[in-house]
Amino acid sequence: MTAMIDLKNVSYRYPVSDDSVLKNISFSIEKGKFTAIIGNNGSGKTTLCNTIRGFVPHFYKGDLDGEVIIDNTKITDYQLGQLGEKVGYVFQNPFIQVSGVKDNVFEEVAYGLENLGVPVEEIKVRVEEVLKLVKIEYLRDKNPFELSGGQRQRVALASIIVMDPEILVIDEPTSQLDPIGTQQIFEIIRLMKERGKTIVLVEHKMDLIAEYADDLLVMHKGELVMQGPVRDVLADPAFEKYQIQYPHVTEIALQLQKSGIPLSFLPIRDEELAEALNRTGVAVHD
Amino acid sequence: MTELHLTNVSFSYPDGTKALENLTLSVASGERVAIVGQNGAGKTTAVKLMNGLLKPTEGTVLVGDWDTKNHTTAQVSRKVGYVFQNPDDQIFHNDVESEVRFGPKNMGFEPERVDALTTWAMKLCGISEFAEENPYNLPYSVRKFVTIASVLAMDSDIIILDEPTAGQDKIGLQVLGNLLRVLEEKQKSVITITHDMEFVTDYFTRIIVMANRQLVADDNAQKVFYNTEVLERSMLKPPAVAQMAKLLDFSPGILSKQQLIKAILAQRSL
Repeated sequence: MTAMIDLKNVSYRYPVSDDSVLKNISFSIEKGKFTAIIGNNGSGKTTLCNTIRGFVPHFYKGDLDGEVIIDNTKITDYQLGQLGEKVGYVFQNPFIQVSGVKDNVFEEVAYGLENLGVPVEEIKVRVEEVLKLVKIEYLRDKNPFELSGGQRQRVALASIIVMDPEILVIDEPTSQLDPIGTQQIFEIIRLMKERGKTIVLVEHKMDLIAEYADDLLVMHKGELVMQGPVRDVLADPAFEKYQIQYPHVTEIALQLQKSGIPLSFLPIRDEELAEALNRTGVAVHD
Repeated sequence: MTELHLTNVSFSYPDGTKALENLTLSVASGERVAIVGQNGAGKTTAVKLMNGLLKPTEGTVLVGDWDTKNHTTAQVSRKVGYVFQNPDDQIFHNDVESEVRFGPKNMGFEPERVDALTTWAMKLCGISEFAEENPYNLPYSVRKFVTIASVLAMDSDIIILDEPTAGQDKIGLQVLGNLLRVLEEKQKSVITITHDMEFVTDYFTRIIVMANRQLVADDNAQKVFYNTEVLERSMLKPPAVAQMAKLLDFSPGILSKQQLIKAILAQRSL
């Protein structure tokens, strides 16, 4: 196994702050894995993302203890620009990611590649491809500032994907999107995974995490309290105490279990409920 | 007590782009309504017409007995408070308490009332502990509560929440749910735009569905989420419970987790 992201005993304190927002965090993410960071707001998820992309401590300063290793190189040995090419970061708030220097979506998406000095012909091809992938071709001539929240969120994702980074760190990419738009974003992330990208996603929508992600990192008050494959973490009774939403089907299954209905396994996707119930159902076994 | 009446309301931007077509709906005083629909369906345009931020190109918007065309947005906003979708479009103070206090103070309320409303709104939104904090040091989801508190503190009869559920965790959703109950007790009308269908089924009975700049349905949750035509036209995904109930072959109508659990238990005891 090759670790793409490796954190060893990482603690971090913002400047002028008394408390650490990250407390002694260690984990390792393999290349090509889709990992979701979950936890309630204020638990340190976004700071953790900022650590992986080097903004902590390169940009925010503050005290970082422990080691952050990205693709076998310590984060402190990277220039911030080099990291920017390796780790693509999609902001939580699409309203702030838009550059403000481009007056249409096509150019906005092309902006990162221009800065990297990619030849114009290649830029055009890559931008076209990404606009299609993210389903925003119809927005190409629109001013980024005239877009709705959901549209901006897609433009933000497109402008990162187009750079083709090895690692994608995506902070709540669907908060402004309707359910179908949300599903589409997850499909795009799945496609990125198929292309071998390593994906780190912060998201609250547990039904979709259960459907798409490989692994979970559970954050609670700055600590990494649980980690492992999605199914294992959700099946661990310890998960309940962190007051994080379960996938809806899991919540129902757990309540059924409490009411005395045995389950053959704990379902995490809607279509598994029938199976979890039937296998143990009286009618089936007796 | 203020009623809201939209009659054949259409809105086009000056460049001719149509954003809303022929919307007719009324919200009774003290009523709670959810507006759902895809991005771009016209939801935000509809609510901006309700508080006078936009004036209809055709039709009339009545807030109580005021036609919004004859009043300034500042006047209408005393009756209809609107919490922006993006909190950063709204926040402009350096600390949370001043942000919340600004509205009621600006309305010219007595100092005691300003104090009471500010404290009440911060508490209801779960942000009392951040009173001294700069809003921009707080996470997006908490900033959203700062903007909600700022509008609640103005004590308007009608309150519009534009995607309050965006980015909220389980605890944030519980705060929102509680807030809706308190506002109902106070006889406030609350109109909420959201994409969270579970939140809708947990807290709303009346649902307005919009698609392609038009109203597609205005009905109770059961009828909306089990109406295939409405779902297809508006490209809505029914709540997870409805999907599970369908997979388990239950007859239509189940929407809440409790209903589904009851149905499964009942089946077992046969």
